[in-house]
Amino acid sequence: MVMTELQSKTGLEPVVNDFCMTVCTVNGSGSATANNIIYRALFQMGIPVSGKNIFPSNIMGMATWFVIRVNDEGFTGRVPHDDIVVAMNPSTIVREMDFLPEGGVIFYADHIMIPEGHREDLIYYPMPIKELMKTVDVPRNLVAYMENMLYVGIVSQVLGIELDELRKSVEHHFASKQSVAESNFELIKLGYEWAAANLEKRDRFVVERREEMPDHILTDGNTAAGIGSLFGGLQFCSWYPITPATSMVEAAIAHVDELRKDPVTGKTTCVILQVEDELAAAGAAVGAGWAGLRSMTSTSGPGICLMSENIGLAYFTETPIVIWNVQRVGPSTGLPTRTAQGDLSFMYNIGHGDVNHIILIPGTVTECFEFGWKSLDIAERYQTPIFVLSDLDLGMNTWVTEKFEFPQTPIDRGKLIWEEELEKFEDWGRYMDIDGDGIPYRTVMGNRSPRSAYFTRGTGHDVYGNYNEDPKNWSDMLHRIEKKLKGATEKLPQPIVIKGKDARIGLIGMGSTNDAIRETQAVLAKHGIETDYMRIRALPSSRSVREFIEEHDRTYVLELNRDGQLCEILKLELSDISEKLISLTDIGGLPMTAVWAVENILASEEKNA
Amino acid sequence: MPSTVEKKVEHNLVGLTLSDYAGKKSTLCPGCGHNAISNVIQAAVFELGLAPEQVVKISGIGCSSKSPNYFLNRSFGFNGLHGRMPTLVTGACFADHRIEILGISGDGDSASIGMGHFKHIIRRNVPMLYIVENNGVYGLTKGQFSATSDQGLVLKHQGENLLPPLDLCMEALISGAAFVARAFSGDVKQMKEIFKAAISQEGTAVVDVISPCVTFNNRAEAMQSYTWGRANQTPLQEIKHFNTREEIEEGAEEFEPGTYKEVELQDGSYLLLRKLDKDHDPSDKAAALDILTESYKKKYFATGLIYFSEVPPTIQERYDLPDEPMNRIGIERLRPTAAMLERINQSFGI
Repeated sequence: MVMTELQSKTGLEPVVNDFCMTVCTVNGSGSATANNIIYRALFQMGIPVSGKNIFPSNIMGMATWFVIRVNDEGFTGRVPHDDIVVAMNPSTIVREMDFLPEGGVIFYADHIMIPEGHREDLIYYPMPIKELMKTVDVPRNLVAYMENMLYVGIVSQVLGIELDELRKSVEHHFASKQSVAESNFELIKLGYEWAAANLEKRDRFVVERREEMPDHILTDGNTAAGIGSLFGGLQFCSWYPITPATSMVEAAIAHVDELRKDPVTGKTTCVILQVEDELAAAGAAVGAGWAGLRSMTSTSGPGICLMSENIGLAYFTETPIVIWNVQRVGPSTGLPTRTAQGDLSFMYNIGHGDVNHIILIPGTVTECFEFGWKSLDIAERYQTPIFVLSDLDLGMNTWVTEKFEFPQTPIDRGKLIWEEELEKFEDWGRYMDIDGDGIPYRTVMGNRSPRSAYFTRGTGHDVYGNYNEDPKNWSDMLHRIEKKLKGATEKLPQPIVIKGKDARIGLIGMGSTNDAIRETQAVLAKHGIETDYMRIRALPSSRSVREFIEEHDRTYVLELNRDGQLCEILKLELSDISEKLISLTDIGGLPMTAVWAVENILASEEKNA
Repeated sequence: MPSTVEKKVEHNLVGLTLSDYAGKKSTLCPGCGHNAISNVIQAAVFELGLAPEQVVKISGIGCSSKSPNYFLNRSFGFNGLHGRMPTLVTGACFADHRIEILGISGDGDSASIGMGHFKHIIRRNVPMLYIVENNGVYGLTKGQFSATSDQGLVLKHQGENLLPPLDLCMEALISGAAFVARAFSGDVKQMKEIFKAAISQEGTAVVDVISPCVTFNNRAEAMQSYTWGRANQTPLQEIKHFNTREEIEEGAEEFEPGTYKEVELQDGSYLLLRKLDKDHDPSDKAAALDILTESYKKKYFATGLIYFSEVPPTIQERYDLPDEPMNRIGIERLRPTAAMLERINQSFGI
């Protein structure tokens, strides 16, 4: 309907469900709510959409951006340009224009001065925000927040986002506060009706309803991980606040009462405790894991640095714990509110001496839920620290994702034994490899059998836990742990492969770059380059990774760090086929774009051709 | 068959003998104050009638932290990282709230690298007996100053200690500990009564035991030496712990009526305190700080119960936990239902 109207009026061919819109505001002004209302309304209309919050390390007053990408083909990764800008921040408007190609659209609050010599190839929609605000009765302290609702209404009207979906979206956002929802919606409606009466559509971008997505939800990776952990039977979580990991534990806190009341006693079965620093967070998690609780902590790079000694202790004492690293940009304090995949090599071998760790790498929000529960099983099964490597983009941004699936397997406590089972063993030692799989049986405090106790130590120990400095004993112990972890490789979450047509070229990625690489694959195909795309979901890599690389003439490893850390790890572990790997890396603190990946791969392929 | 003289072996409330509380042979230096502490721990736990399986011992790094290997073989133990013992305890304490946790630490462990954790575990009020085996020197690295070393102390490779010592009892008081005591490895009788009372106490009970290092810091003039300690020890009170009222009756002749104060502890056991010359009121926090200040200034060695008050809620009591141990809760009770997940999906869905 919008299409025909637009065509008949302007003769322009509409661009349906395919644009990137950036809303530029000042942080602390409440714009996140407004942006999420638009985002959710699009989701409700069944349109493939993503929303990314690009924000400064600051609480109030600095520029912040919310990027909404709509794409009918489902490619919702970041793009390097905008089609539409909503300018509410006077200080950034000039810069925003640089991101708009010819024909780009700019909605702006009309009290913002458009500088002289402004671009004439853009389509401008001034919004009389201040004037409209004068017509409504809003408490003074809420004016700045409520102004945002006006742009929601105006922009939505011009793009064709349905008013009724905006209403539902507002109601969802203010679920418990009916009157707040109403007053916000009134302003949206005011903006919407003003636009309908006063703005003539001159741009080409429109949205059009698609089939509803009842199997999808809208949430962020940290929320998914927090809830996933509660479904994994998490019993103890010690933590220390750090961006961008904080909201994961906060999600667990928000849901623990609802989800973790003991069905028998009505008491809580999960303790969440903020402690004095990350050393304590890791130490308490190790203490709890050692004592037989399903235990976790969550942090980001700087926190991992502080946890490293405890991680080595957990590795060598064979204590199950789960450590989430929601990565931000390092080194040092780095870019604390931007995203990267720069902690991979650091974490893979963190700890002094011979250590190597299992890392799980979720690439979607629903996988954050899945790895939330699964990581606790894997930690107890292999009695070792398990890392789950997320990042700011996946963790803090809201994504359209598949519904969380109830765990298919019961909680696995591994070889944790109590009095009765201990009786079955004539000779038992905490570090004795009874089954030949490198995984010993484990007793925990509270066991009343006089045979159950042992002395846990980070120093050299024999199979009974007794102090031991014997060279052979040490060597045996380290090799058994190696064997234990090798046995895990094929049982970890396996890579997911999206095949092209008879592709000779491979793409490998991990984590939050999934959207960008899927799009890369599609764009390359249009350029006549067929690829297979493998998303690695755990390290150490399984046989299938070797096979994938072997099957292709060459494979690009795409990641968000300077040194190509995933590529380096694969080259080391698969050294005989390492020449088939080509590293492509991007840093800058922003999510990967397919534009960048395609450009680099095309350039490289030209050389190869 | 030669006849043997039947030696009467004493059994405790749970039918065990003292040998059931033994540990491995100590590898600390002969005469080390810490060995005395290890022996007293065995005796105290034995006399309280706790089975070794009801006790867990957790330590950091250092000579002191090695010692849990030398007592209570049948208790679970964890010799963790330098200064981080309190963090392990913080996590472990939730696994089984019936377990008595003994945290063993030293002055390097608690007054230097782990000072933050020392104060925060007290703030959290994690139920445990926190023993600092305080010898004023780093022993395991062969004689460096610690944060509790005397000012002016001279060590072979260090020269003179320029800085004043920290007082861990004072730090514990300021952090909010409800049980603070100081003991001396040269007075095992007093130490045992203090330990028994401290274990009977809920919440974090801190006992700073001055425990001479015979190898690196035992010169007569050193405040952590046996000689100085014996010469200057000033017990703040006579202290005796009894498991039951009957035990008090049995031992009553030891106490002149009216000379002692009787305190019932949370576990139903009793603490008897008899005033000595100092007339210290251990329920008065200001007096406790005063006595520590005064004893440092006037160079005497105040031992005994420094502060003792009603216990604020423990960290476990701040959560609504089941009565049974958390680590024995069956897996079927740890996973929310599919219906709950469906509700969550709906809340995020269209």
